[in-house]
This record gives sequence, structure tokens and C-alpha cells, in this order.
Amino acid sequence: MTAQAPGARAAAEAAARQSYGKLVAFLAARTRDVAGAEDALADAFAAALERWPHDGVPDRPEAWLLAVARRRGIDAVRRRRTREAGRDHLALMAEELEAGMAEHDIPDERLRLMFACAHPAIDPAMRAPLMLQTVLGFDAAAIASAFLVAPATMAQRLVRAKARIKQAGIPFRIPERPELAERLDAVLGAIYAAFAEGWLDAAGTETRRRNLASEGLWLGRLTASLLPNEPEALGLLSLMLFAEARRAARRTDDGRYMPLAAQDTALWDNAMIDEAERLLVVASAMEGLGRYRLEAAIQAVHCARRTTGGTDWPALATLYEVLLSLTGSPVAAINRAVAIARLDGPRAGLDALEAIGDARLADYQPFWAARADLAAQLGDRAQATAAYDRAIGLERDEAVRRFLQAEREALDEGGV
Amino acid sequence: MQYMLLIHVDEAAMAAMAPAATPDKAYEMAQPYLAYNEALKKAGVWVAGDRLAPSASTTLVSMRGDKTEVLDGPFADTKEQLGGYYIIEAADLDAAIQWAARCPAAQNRAVEVRPIWKAG
Repeated sequence: MTAQAPGARAAAEAAARQSYGKLVAFLAARTRDVAGAEDALADAFAAALERWPHDGVPDRPEAWLLAVARRRGIDAVRRRRTREAGRDHLALMAEELEAGMAEHDIPDERLRLMFACAHPAIDPAMRAPLMLQTVLGFDAAAIASAFLVAPATMAQRLVRAKARIKQAGIPFRIPERPELAERLDAVLGAIYAAFAEGWLDAAGTETRRRNLASEGLWLGRLTASLLPNEPEALGLLSLMLFAEARRAARRTDDGRYMPLAAQDTALWDNAMIDEAERLLVVASAMEGLGRYRLEAAIQAVHCARRTTGGTDWPALATLYEVLLSLTGSPVAAINRAVAIARLDGPRAGLDALEAIGDARLADYQPFWAARADLAAQLGDRAQATAAYDRAIGLERDEAVRRFLQAEREALDEGGV
Repeated sequence: MQYMLLIHVDEAAMAAMAPAATPDKAYEMAQPYLAYNEALKKAGVWVAGDRLAPSASTTLVSMRGDKTEVLDGPFADTKEQLGGYYIIEAADLDAAIQWAARCPAAQNRAVEVRPIWKAG
């Protein structure tokens, strides 16, 4: 098959995605017809993914894609006959780019495309899949497997979402000031959703989901580079880097779950943490307060253990307190209770946990795991056992489940 | 693009208010709409707009073979009925949303923003 190093393949694929996303964004921003733009470029993109790993990335990758799209596209679109729009896009390319391409690069409209994908009129669950497809060129089957949805269902939803962009007249624009924060929050939320799907696969056994974490990081980098003055865009990138840096330490070699506090810091990626810290410093110097900056700051406190050897629990309790008041998130409330337990003992932590009173927590594994741990520390075996049982029943990840089962067994052996 | 803003009203609630409404009161209630209409026209956005008579005055017509079937009452007998509409000319959905947000109906209930079908 292929003789080239995996690095060359990855570089070629990254370049193909860069150029593809830019061209889709450029065309679709003018016509609002995402499907038509994708259709016009589909064959050229496939050819690039096939040839660039062997032949190397061309000097001007966008020009290469356009030339191939023009040469092959007209026949392909004619064959399919169903997509009139694809032909319109080819005409548009010819008109707008033929002269201009030699002079300067095409403008980067990917941020506009991302704002269209994360428009409030688009179903929140479809924003991340839509970005992965239009900006990065993922096919519906790959996205479906990453989000654990049937491929036909995902394909249908993507088609509908793109039709909606066109029919409803969803604009490809970067919103202005008063609106920007709210709209950017939707863009960042979709990027984080993609990353989080990949993050769930801690062991990295499901290649597609692990890739999703790196694609989320890639989108985060793109957004941060295009909006360098938006502290939340920098905050999200910082947060994702802090998390990704710990990937190798999350499981032992034999696949056992390692809780954050027990992870070997030597396995953390120092360069990634350094980058995350630099971003956080820049973002923190900017005005205001935001969810992603706070979460990145929390991660920074955890990651500081690599140099200090300890965890600053008072700082964590304060940061979770602020995050809770900002977002009202029950997850922040649980983590705050855990920090309180470290500071003021398990009784205070358990009281804080019980004071949350959010119905959604009944099905949330970390709530029951935290409760079990604190009850065990207080010597309340009955409560601890019941809470471990709840937590074990709710956990999807086998490694985490085995970890909880071991903790529960330690109770039975009179470890408390 | 052209968008229709559909205003759905709770007719029972409106009817309950009606007997108490003096002509002065009715004028006062219409004021925000008159101002909104004016704003749409000034901005060159206005295409059409009307308030509709109560749904009790609706007639439903359909062909059954070669017979014309005529029924009284609206298409769906729901609490909320179409009470009025605007057709506006807007650059994109965001612009249409901006105008819908300024509509008096959006202040206490929702306005439906629907693109007008364009062939091709």
C-alpha cells in the first residue's frame, strides 16, 4: 500500500482539511448553499486525500483543489444530475477565482461558516456534527460513529440542517458586539461537544472518537487564531489542552482507570500544559469572566501538581464557587463539595453535596461516586455501599466501573 | 429574502378583555402596532401586513370529488390561532429575527418567522 511515514499522511490530511474547509466556507458564504459547495468539491477533496500523502502537499493547495474540482466536477455533477447547485458553484469558482487566485489567497471565511453552523436556529445537537462535516470534511458515517448515532440517521439530519441554512436564510456572518458573546458561546459549545465526545474514549481504543478530541482541538485552535481578542475562545483552547495533556495518564498500561488525583504527572504532556498556561495567562488579562476561562483555571490548578507536588484545594473551592454562581451547573456544585471535603472534612463535603438538590443528579455517576467516597470516609458503610451501587449502575465506561467496584469491595473487606 | 411573521393569539383571552375595552382603550392597545408598522415602512422592509378577523369567522373549503365541501371553523381547533401576519423583506434570518423581536406580539407571546418559498 503506502510507503510514506504516518507523519506525512497526517500532514497531508491536515492540509487537505484546511484547504477543503476554506473552499467550502468561501463558496457557501456567497450562496448559503453548503450542500452545493460540498458537492462541487467532493471529488477533488477525495483525490487530495488519496494523492497528497504520496505526492506531497502542493504549493497552493486551494488552487490545486479548485483546478481538480473544475476538471472533474462538471462531469461528476452532470452524472449525478440531481445537484444543480454543484454546477452553479463550479461556475462561481471559475468567475470569482480564476483571476484572483494567482494574486492572493482566498479569504478565510471558516469562522463565518462556524457561526452559521452554530446559529440559534440550528438544533444544538447538530451544531458540532455540522461543523465537523462542513469545516473538516468528515463524512456522515464517521460523524455518526463518533456520536454513536446510526449512519443513516446522522446523514439525514445533516442534510436537513444544511437545507435549513439555505431555506431559512441563516447568514454567514460574524455577529457584532452585543450579540457576539452569546453567538460565540454556541460556536465554542459545539467545538467543546466534539472534543468531549473524543475525551470520553479515555483508552483511545475507539480511533474515531479519539480523533474527535484532536479535531475539537483543531477547531479550537482555528477559532482562537481567528478571534485572538476573545478571551473565551482562548479559554476553551486552554481548557482542552490541559485535558488532552493528561490523556496518557488516565489509564494504566493494563487499562485500569486512574483518578486525576492519583495520576502520575510524569505521564502528562508538559509542552501541551505549557501552551495551555500561556493561553490562560493571556485570556485572564482580558476583561470579564467566563465559563471556559474558569474551567481552564481549574484545570491549571490540577496540573500545577506537576511542579508543586500538591493540589491547592482552597483555590479549587473558590473557583468552583464562582463557576457555580456563573453557570448554576450541578457538576460545578459536586466538584465544589469535593473541594470542601478536602478542606473541612467529609462531613462538610457530604452536607454540601446533599444541599445541591438537583433532580438531574439522580442519574449522574460522579454525584454517587463522590457521595460513596465521603460516606466511606465517615465510616457509614451502608450509605457508601448503596451509593457505590448507584454509581456502578450508571457508569458506561468499563474501566471506571471496575475502579468503583474495587472501591466498593474494599468496604466489604472492612477497609473502612 | 422575504419572510412572513406569523402572530398567534389566544382568542379566548382577547375576548375576555374585549367587553371592558372602551374605544380609548382599544386605541391605546393598537398604538404599538401602528408604531411598528411605521418603523417597518420607514426602513423599507414592509411588504404586507394585516390583522385577521377572529377564527370564528373562518370557512374551510375542500373538494370531495366534484363536490365543494364547506365547513365552518378554522383548520385546527386550538387555543392559539393565527391572528395576524407581516411579510417583510430582510437580508437574512438574523435581520428577520431583529424585526420579529421588535414586533409588539413578541413582547408577550412568540412570533413565528417563516421564509417565503422561493423556487430554485
